This record gives sequence, structure tokens and C-alpha cells, in this order.
Amino acid sequence: MSTELNPTPVKSPASGGSPVHHPPKGVGEDNRIATQGRWAAWLLAPTVIALGIVIVYPIISAIVMSFQKDAGLDPATGLFTQGGSAGIQNYVNWLAQQCSAPGGGTVACPPGTLGGQFWSATATTFFFTVVTVALETVLGFWMAMIMARTFRGRSLVRAAVLVPWAIPTAVTAKLWFFIFAFEGIANKLFNTTILWTGSQWPAKWAVIIADVWKTTPFMALLILAGLQMIPAEVYEAAKVDGATAWQRFRLITLPLVKPALMVAVLFRTLDALRMFDLPYILTGGANNTTTLSILVINQIRQGFNSAAALSTITFIIIFLVAFIFVRFLGANVVEQSGATGKGKK
Amino acid sequence: MTTATADASALRARQDKGRRAAQNREKWAQGRTYLSAAIILLWCLAPAYWMVVTAFREVGFTYDTSILPTHVTLDNFNTAFDTSFGNRFGQALLNSVFIGVVVTAISLLIGVFAAYALARLNFRGKYLVLGFILGASMFPGVALITPLFQLFTNIGWMGTYQALIIPNISFVLPLTVYTMTSFFREMPWELEESARVDGCTQGQAFRKVIMPLAAPAIFTTAILAFISSWNEFLIASQLSSDATQPVTVAIANFAGAQPNQIPYTAIMAAGTIVTIPLVILVLVFQRKIVAGLTAGAVK
Amino acid sequence: MKTPRFLLPAATAGILALTLSACGGGGGGGTTGGGGSDADANLDGRGPITYVQGKDNSNVVRPLVDKWNAAHPNEKVTFKEQTDQADQQHDDIVQHFQAKQSDYDVVDVDVVWTAEFAAKGWLQPLKDKMAIDTSAMLKPTVDSATYKGTLYAAPQTSDGGILYYRKDLVPTPPKTWDEMMGMCSIAKENNIGCYAGQFSKYEGLTVNASEAINSAGGSVLNKDGKPDLNTPEAKAGLENLAKAYADGNIPKEAITYKEEDSRQAFQSGKLMFLRNWPYAFNLITTEGSSAVKDKTGLAALPGKDGPGASSLGGHNLAVSVYSKNKATALDFMKFMTSAETEKFYATQGSLAPVLGSLYEDQELVAKLPYLPVLKTSIENAVPRPVTPFYPAVTKAIQDNAYPAIKGEKSVESALSDMQKSIESAGAGS
Repeated sequence: MSTELNPTPVKSPASGGSPVHHPPKGVGEDNRIATQGRWAAWLLAPTVIALGIVIVYPIISAIVMSFQKDAGLDPATGLFTQGGSAGIQNYVNWLAQQCSAPGGGTVACPPGTLGGQFWSATATTFFFTVVTVALETVLGFWMAMIMARTFRGRSLVRAAVLVPWAIPTAVTAKLWFFIFAFEGIANKLFNTTILWTGSQWPAKWAVIIADVWKTTPFMALLILAGLQMIPAEVYEAAKVDGATAWQRFRLITLPLVKPALMVAVLFRTLDALRMFDLPYILTGGANNTTTLSILVINQIRQGFNSAAALSTITFIIIFLVAFIFVRFLGANVVEQSGATGKGKK
Repeated sequence: MTTATADASALRARQDKGRRAAQNREKWAQGRTYLSAAIILLWCLAPAYWMVVTAFREVGFTYDTSILPTHVTLDNFNTAFDTSFGNRFGQALLNSVFIGVVVTAISLLIGVFAAYALARLNFRGKYLVLGFILGASMFPGVALITPLFQLFTNIGWMGTYQALIIPNISFVLPLTVYTMTSFFREMPWELEESARVDGCTQGQAFRKVIMPLAAPAIFTTAILAFISSWNEFLIASQLSSDATQPVTVAIANFAGAQPNQIPYTAIMAAGTIVTIPLVILVLVFQRKIVAGLTAGAVK
Repeated sequence: MKTPRFLLPAATAGILALTLSACGGGGGGGTTGGGGSDADANLDGRGPITYVQGKDNSNVVRPLVDKWNAAHPNEKVTFKEQTDQADQQHDDIVQHFQAKQSDYDVVDVDVVWTAEFAAKGWLQPLKDKMAIDTSAMLKPTVDSATYKGTLYAAPQTSDGGILYYRKDLVPTPPKTWDEMMGMCSIAKENNIGCYAGQFSKYEGLTVNASEAINSAGGSVLNKDGKPDLNTPEAKAGLENLAKAYADGNIPKEAITYKEEDSRQAFQSGKLMFLRNWPYAFNLITTEGSSAVKDKTGLAALPGKDGPGASSLGGHNLAVSVYSKNKATALDFMKFMTSAETEKFYATQGSLAPVLGSLYEDQELVAKLPYLPVLKTSIENAVPRPVTPFYPAVTKAIQDNAYPAIKGEKSVESALSDMQKSIESAGAGS
């Protein structure tokens, strides 16, 4: 009686079979690729150009701006004067949390400046990301496992989980703000007198709860889709072999769902790293709930160029996280979507 | 004889017991499933329920915490559309629809070609392009907003429709391409070949065979694209004006009859109005949407 | 497994951009100062102009503009109505001025933007030919429109904080802060909170913290616009709030209050004293769920020895330096701040006038019973810090006053950090 369950009977959804494209490969393949390549170039051009305009141009423009000084005040006239080139000063100011000193030069940013919030905002952003994604993964997995079972009313549950997902985040934030008001239903229902938006941890948890509510369905559906590709026979076979529920989960479910799960986690992580709407409306960024995105937005009206430096830093951070995910954690998004999808059956 | 009967009945009893145990276990498992399902339902629907209940409550009883509807009124829906306090919710609804439709149309129009190429054609650099498009879909909105804020200020585009549509394309277009590529891969392209064997021209094959097959995919992609544009807040909150702001911004900034007054009941009414079409859309096209959402991820 | 390469294009873009910036590509910039020559041009210009203001919610501007247009057929005013959102109004004006467009002649500016726009050289100094008479206006409102000793805008409407109190529990309202704290035992006996303002971390906290500091004789900025917070007076002011919060005289939940939450608490009978704007009066005395309809009294904010120093709200009118018809603009501005207009504003839109005489107007007082109290409030008011770096200054105040009130940070270090943050903002970042 072996507990060594071999998952080979199921084709891993990620491997997805051979990359079959039509027409099938054969003689003259190279020629065909060349012709198709020309076609592809024409078909892809509009998308690539459009994305170039709406994404690449702003990136470049932001980087250029980030090396410029923001306008400063001329002490004699009290009027603003043009900033000029800043070199890497804007970046240094954010990363080292340095602010301009009254006599010229820089000092460590005192509390009460945006510059003094860079690392705490970074920490908050990562904290939110780790906690929400972890909770959403666990809850999502649980919800997916339930929804994968057959029971009466299953379609009702599947429809219901789409409701939080369908409500716009801005509305979600207003709704939870109202729920978490001191006189609101949350305190009333649980008979507590928590000042949800009044101190650090309740405020953080308010944001986390609202985010988990809103996005767990997305996670659950992605995982459910992964679950449904595991044939029931595999479980039956495992049951016959006497595998416990935990063993079945650990040795069959988890490895087979992993590729789909990793992609879902990657998407959610990158989404959580740019979290803005929820804390912005729910807590206004107070009590250490300022994320990097909120910090950028707050900086825009205090100086474009410095904001551009910060947004570039934010971009690089998100980029690095994506890189680490793809490189070291095996969330192979391109491979996933690049495969031909014949693995589904 | 007697012993044999006794043995048989003992056996039967044992079997019965075993079956009952199995049935019990089955019932337990079933019970647990229903309990879990009930928890999921409660967790997903309770906050939305509170929004609806509040939306139907008299403004003077905003903070009433009875679970069941009390002080029921339809006033809040009137208030939501009332423009006399400077709210232009009706206008914002139209704006959201307009922006969503334009963004979706542009993204589909451009993206369908790219998706076709990515799904059907074999060419070098395919993964590079796919990677670029995926990278674009993960691009943080704040990194766009600073340069655009300045650019649009300088060229006088702040608060215009194009100032909202262009940045929206940056995340809707990749989503469109990505989803449609997955759908296109699933399509039975052999039919196109066989139609041509049967004497159809390429154009006819496309029109009569491929289009009807692709239509649901395109439609689903359109719904997803529209929803993601509809839900956008960050860019609109910074670049829109009173005349062009979408519902998300309108709701976040909803003003009351007096400065500083926040009319929660009307906000919840507005939230309900914004959510209901979406929920209906989602419920009606549930299967397709789930297929679209999970496209890519599991294929 | 193929290596995903979607990182590549972005990396290329990054390198490309770096190269570009090394070549000194333009773009950056922002605002240019000066405006000296623009300020001297077109002073005698007459002709059609545009008046720009936020949403005309109570329909007061349109009838006034119609009235003006009937009398001035050759100098017609077009009313451009902006959004209701302060940020959007601000950005809209910035966009037009940055491009030096002459299409905005007279603009309605929030008191907190006046200094910023003046420092950017966008507002016509109201002196010499362009001078207006401000002698009849309440002085604090004039101060809010003055930057570096020059008047840049004409005060139009005002607003100040007032003290709502439970007259069934407190027969005579407190005159000073200490007196009010002394009455808190009454609140305790009745099992309700004693005092609250708006202490959530947002603009309202700046208002409340500045009021506390100003009322105790301190000030956020000195006459030169430099921070002045390391003073015993400022300390005493902020300490008043911190102590009251620690004592429970300010209920714990007040740290989440914005205007509406605090009104709600007072209205449901959970508070004895409330600092709020005049808008709350009508709601408290009429709304269905109000438990204190007939039990609400009004008084000036309590201060150190007498009335406290309210923070000032309201709007000012300014003429753009890029306007082609400044003479008309000036006339229109005078018309919009005349006694007659002000009275119309008050009766029609419940907007507090800037002319002292109107506060004694019987007809107005009958309609707006809070006017006499509000007058005391505005007379003793201190404008919110007049500085071109208002966003940075308000952030410095909020970020430090908040932990100080909650007792997470000492009042001294909160004030000294506030001081340093404002200094740093003024140094130009």
C-alpha cells in the first residue's frame, strides 16, 4: 500500500502538450515561419504601437522628469522659480529619506513630511501584499474546494462569489468605511467599540478585510479552474490506495493546481503592490496605511518631478517582485499562456 | 441451520452497520459542505446586503443598525440623481458607460488582430511580444499618472475624455489581448480548413465559420474589458473633471446638501445602482466570465 | 521550459530613457515665477470677461451674473462653473494659468490656495490702480488674502468654527477652555462625552489643531511665513487637546471624527460640546433622528481668556494677471463683494459674509440665528497658514498633531517635528 502517489496519469496543465500550431509543422517550416512572421508583424503592430504610446512614452517621460528639480521659492520675492536639473537628488531624497534643509543642503526628513514616509510606505505596501495574498490564497483554496464539490445550490454559491468581485473597488471602500464607522454595523454586530480607522492595527485590518472580501473570489475561481482539470479518477485511485484526505490534498491537489495557483498569486501580488483605491478611500492613508501608490499621488501636488522619481522607484520595485516570482518561484506566466492549451480535457 | 441463519443475520447486521456508518459519514460530509457553502454565501453577500439595506433607509436613520430593513424609503435614489448639491451621478453614469465603451471598442479592435497572431501564427519573438503585453498589464497606474498629469496640464487635456480613455487603454488592451489569445487557442480552427476544402473562399470561411465561433469569445472579452474600465478609480480620480468623471470618482466624492455632510444613504443607493447592472451581467454570463477570467491561468 | 523574456522590453525602455535624460531632454520644469510684466499689462482693459467658480449649488452666482450683464452690456460676464471637488478646481485653475491663458479673468480661490497662486505670479496684486477698499471687511478675512504684505484677492465669503452646546445641561456656555474642561463633570454624570471636534487625520485636524494653538496664543506661522511652533503657547494649545483626550474629556472615538461623525455624535445626544461649522446648526435642529433639537445652544469657541481663535474657511476672488480686461474684472470683483451681493449670498446660499455690518442685519439674523456667534468667531479667527506650500504645511500639522493627541508622541517633539517639516517644505524640495 503505497502512499507514494504518482500524479503522472494526469497531464500537468502547465506542460500543456506540445506547442502545436496550425498548420502543423513539416517541410518548409522555416519559410512558413517567415511568411507568418510578416503577417504577425502587421497584426501586432497596432497593439505594440498603442502600448508604446500609452506606457512606454509615460515611463520615459517620468524618468526624464525625475532628474529635474521641482520649482522652489525665491526667498526675496516670495515667488516660485524654475528648478533646473536635479541629477539623482530626487532618488537620493526618497531612498535616504532626505529633505531640503532651511539653509540649503539636506537633512533627515522629520515626521510630517512625505519624504519621511518612503520606507514606512514601502513596508506597509509589502505588509498588505503578503497578508492579503496569503489570506486570499488560503481562503480562495478553501472556497474553491467547496465549490468543486457537488451539492445542491452549488451554482448559487458560484454566482454569489462573483458579487464582491463585480462591485467597483471605490464602492467597496465606501461600503466598508460605512461598515467600520464607530457607530457602524461592524461594532454593533460584534458588540465592540473598536475605532477601526483610528489606530494603526485596526486600520490595517480594515483595509485587509475589505481587500480580502473583494478579491478572494478571483483567487477562488482561478484555483477552481485548476481543480476541475484534475480527473476524479485520480482521487478515486488514491482513495482506494488508502490515502488520507490530507495526503490527497498534499500529494495530488497541491502539485496539480500549483501552476494555476502560482499565476493567480503572481497576478494578485502585483495587484496588491499597487493598491490604492481601498486605503485611499477607507483610511485616507492615515495610521500607517499609506501605500506607495498613495504616496505618489500625495506628492504630485507638492512637486511633479519628485513624484516622478517616486513613481519610477515604485515601478522598479514591482518589476523586481515580478522578476523574482517568474525567475525563482516558477510562476511562469508566459509559458502558461504560451502553451497551447491542449492540456485541458 | 440455526447457526447459519444467525451467522447470516449477524453478517447482515454488520453490513448494515457499515453501510449506516458510511451513510452517516456521507451525511456528515454533505452537512459540512452545506455549512461551508452557507459561510461563503454569508461572507460574500452580507456586506453587499448592508449596502442595499442602507440604500433604502431614511437619511435621518443612516446609522440605524437593525439588520432588517427599517425606515424604508426610495428617497435616496432620488437624492443620488439629484444634481442640486453638485453631484452629477447621472452624468457620471453616462461618462462611465461612454469611457468604458470607447476603451473596450478600441482595445478589441486593435487587440483582436494581436490575439489572432499570437494564437494562430508561428513567428520569432512571439514570447517576447507576449511577455511585453503581460508586463504591460501589470504596470502600476501611478507610474503613468505623474507624467500624464504634467503632460495633460501642459496641453490642456486635464479633465477631458481623452485624458481618461488613453491611460485606460494601457491596462484594458493587454487584458483584451491576453484573454482573447487564450480563447482563440481553444477554437477549432480545423473547421476553417475543412470549410475551405468544402469550397468556401477564405473570406467566406472566416465569415461563416470562424466569426460565429469567435463571437462569444469576443463578447466575453468585451464584458471583462468593460468591467475593468468601469471599475477604474486611480487615474480618473486625478485626471477627470466634474463633467467627465466616472461613477467610481463620483461616488467617492459624493457631496451632501451641506459642505462636510456625507450622505451615506445616497452613496449606498448610488453604489447599488452602479453594482446591480454589473451583478446582473455577471450572473447572466457567469460561465463565460469565469472562463474568461481563468483563461490564460490554467491553459 | 522557455525563459520568459517579458522583462526585456521594459529594461530596454529604461536604458533608452536614461540615455535621453543624459542628453538633457526637456519636459521637467513646472512653474515659472515672475509675472511682473503680466501684472502691469491691460490694467485699463474693458470688455467681456469670464468668472470661474466651483459649483453654484445654491444658485446664487447665476442671478448675480445676470444682474451684472443687464447693467453692463459691453462688459458681459460669462460664468464658468467648475466642479464641486476642491482638488479638481485647484488643478483646473493651475492648468489654465500654467499655460498663461487669458480665458480665466476672475477666479474664485479657496483661502488656502491664495498664497500658492500668488507666489506663482498668477494673481494680480490688488494695489495702486487695482486697489480695493477692505476697511469694512472683517480683518481675518483680509489677512487670508494677503501674501507677503500684498493683497492678492478680495475676500468674498467666510466661515468659522462655533461651539455647539447642550443648553439643557449647561445653562451658560464656557468662555474659556479651562472653564469648559471644568464642566466636563456634568457630562460624566450624564454618561456622555464632553467635547469633540474633528480629530481624524485630514484637513479638519489641521483646522482643529491650529485653533487649539492659536487659541492658546501661539501661531503656526509667524508674520514672515516661517513656522513658529517651538513656543510655550503652541505647546499649551496642543497640550489642551492631548490632555483632554487622555482624561477622556474628549471621547476616544473622536480620533475618527470628521465633521459628520462629530455632528452625528452630538445629535444623538452623546456629546455635551461640539466644535463644528455653522452648517451643522440647521441639521441638528431639524433632522428626524436628532435627539437634541431644542436643547442646542451656540457660543463662540472657548479660548485662553476669552473667545478662542477659530480657523478660517471661505473663498476669495482674484484677478488673473493674464486677463485682458482687468478694469472690468476689478469692477466685477467689487460688485461681487458689495454689501448687497454679500447679503444675497447669505440669504440665498447661507454663506457667511465678510462685511461686519451684515452680522447685525436683523433680517439676516432671523434667518441665520448663528450669525452673532459666528461674527465673534470670525473676528477672533486666524486664517489657516497663508503659505504657498499649503499641502506640505497641512500634512506637517496633521501627521504630528494626530499622534500627539492620541498620546503616542510627546507634545514637544510633535511641535518640533512640525516646525522642522514646515521649514523643510519652505526650503523648497
